[in-house]
Amino acid sequence: MKRAVPTLIAATVGFVLVIAFFIPATQSWGETAVVWFNILAGVAFILGGGNLVKVQLETISARRKGYGYAIVTLAAFFAMLAFGLLKIGVHPQAQYPLHPWAGPHDAPSSPFGWMYEYIFSPITATMFASLAFYVASAAFRAFRAKNVEAILLLGTAFLVLVGNTAIARITDALPESLAFLRLDSIVANLMTYLSTGAWRAITIGIAIGVAATSLRVLLGIDRPYLGRT
Amino acid sequence: MLKFLEQLDRRVAFLLMGLAVAIPILFPLPLSYKPSPLAQSAFDAIDRLPDGSKVVFSFDYDPASSGELQPMSNALVYHCARKRHKLYFMALWAPGKTICTETIATVLLKYRPDAAYGEDYVELGYQSGNEGVIKIAATDLRQQYKTDIKGTPLEAIPMMEGVNNLQAMDLLITISAGYPGSKEWVQYFSTPFPRTRMITGTTGVQSVSLYPYIPNQIAGMLGAIKGAAEYETIVNEQYPVNGKPVPELGEGQRRMGPQLVAHMLMVSLILLGNAIFFMQRKARREGRR
Repeated sequence: MKRAVPTLIAATVGFVLVIAFFIPATQSWGETAVVWFNILAGVAFILGGGNLVKVQLETISARRKGYGYAIVTLAAFFAMLAFGLLKIGVHPQAQYPLHPWAGPHDAPSSPFGWMYEYIFSPITATMFASLAFYVASAAFRAFRAKNVEAILLLGTAFLVLVGNTAIARITDALPESLAFLRLDSIVANLMTYLSTGAWRAITIGIAIGVAATSLRVLLGIDRPYLGRT
Repeated sequence: MLKFLEQLDRRVAFLLMGLAVAIPILFPLPLSYKPSPLAQSAFDAIDRLPDGSKVVFSFDYDPASSGELQPMSNALVYHCARKRHKLYFMALWAPGKTICTETIATVLLKYRPDAAYGEDYVELGYQSGNEGVIKIAATDLRQQYKTDIKGTPLEAIPMMEGVNNLQAMDLLITISAGYPGSKEWVQYFSTPFPRTRMITGTTGVQSVSLYPYIPNQIAGMLGAIKGAAEYETIVNEQYPVNGKPVPELGEGQRRMGPQLVAHMLMVSLILLGNAIFFMQRKARREGRR
């Protein structure tokens, strides 16, 4: 029963979506299924939050390596949750002056908005920006012209790296008859023809794989949503 | 020399990258940009619409990608504001809603102070469901969004009159950092409903995967900070304020300086790394003899 009911639900909803795509008269069935999905996606945030708390508490309880980070994670999670859900420090909205909770929880003047602006935003931007340092290190240590394929990759990387900067305009001085040798033309041709052709092939391959995998899921042969296949 | 280079600490590469980015930020480089056909197509898609057309903006990114994407968001919103288009803002990423509100405050309301909420622009906000949101909003917007971010029912918002789904829009603009984003908009909206044209601004990593959709599903694309700098150049030329470039529309061009030096450093590091590799190989061969 534990396996049959979820499999039946997944198969029914999956086939409804497939049918709704091809038969216009059944389009509303598909829309209803997607609305359910959107509601479940909202509920998944609660599950995700619960799972985060569980995993971090286990790390702290077992005193695993780096459990201090788990404490910081939980403190940050509960602080943002409390300020957001309870609307602590939120200013009333102009159209509802008698209802202090009517204001948006994430307005810049609210504590939640302040935390978002001055803690969350800089931290996430810093994490992303730090990639540049690792890429620099990897470029120096790992990118080697060991064989023909690697040489082709290196050559393409140079052209795209330089062609996407303002310095590429140096080649604008080339006469019109040699316009195809201008760096921006070379990069445009690389992206439009070579890269796009390869990408299309990859995408079509993936799509065929997805169709085959989806069919296995719909028929209940694979059940990744039950934690086993 | 070879031994010194072989044992070079990776922190030297970190330091060089830090300097490569910091120095051009502190001392901006005087660079010029030639708009690419893709940026020009994106500009034309907005500019050729009659004034007051309906444009939906989807902010599908978070602060991690703001450095790359915010300059193009500013430029696109500014351009739409100058064209007096009616703007419908939404987000498929939760932090996108806050970024959207900030962009409205810093660009839209500054350069179009007469814009009235509910008549000239509306914020629909964020809804969970990823591509599910696109699918429902494409056919029945009011089923997905009952109210705007202020809690006002859509029926009470003047500019929502006659707008029952996203097919009523004249143009879709999505600024995207990944999933859900441009690709999902192509799959679930611009392909089944081609009447509404789509343009997109994306991160450099993602732009490669979107080229196959140009020009049929995607009319124009701004790729990474270069795309933003090119768009700023076009908009500043076509829609200056008092004959001068718009102050908010220079960040993309300013960030091209650090990008130039960082890319040159990357090329130099790859060349240096390969020079060491070949010297090592030569030394090994000579050692065998």
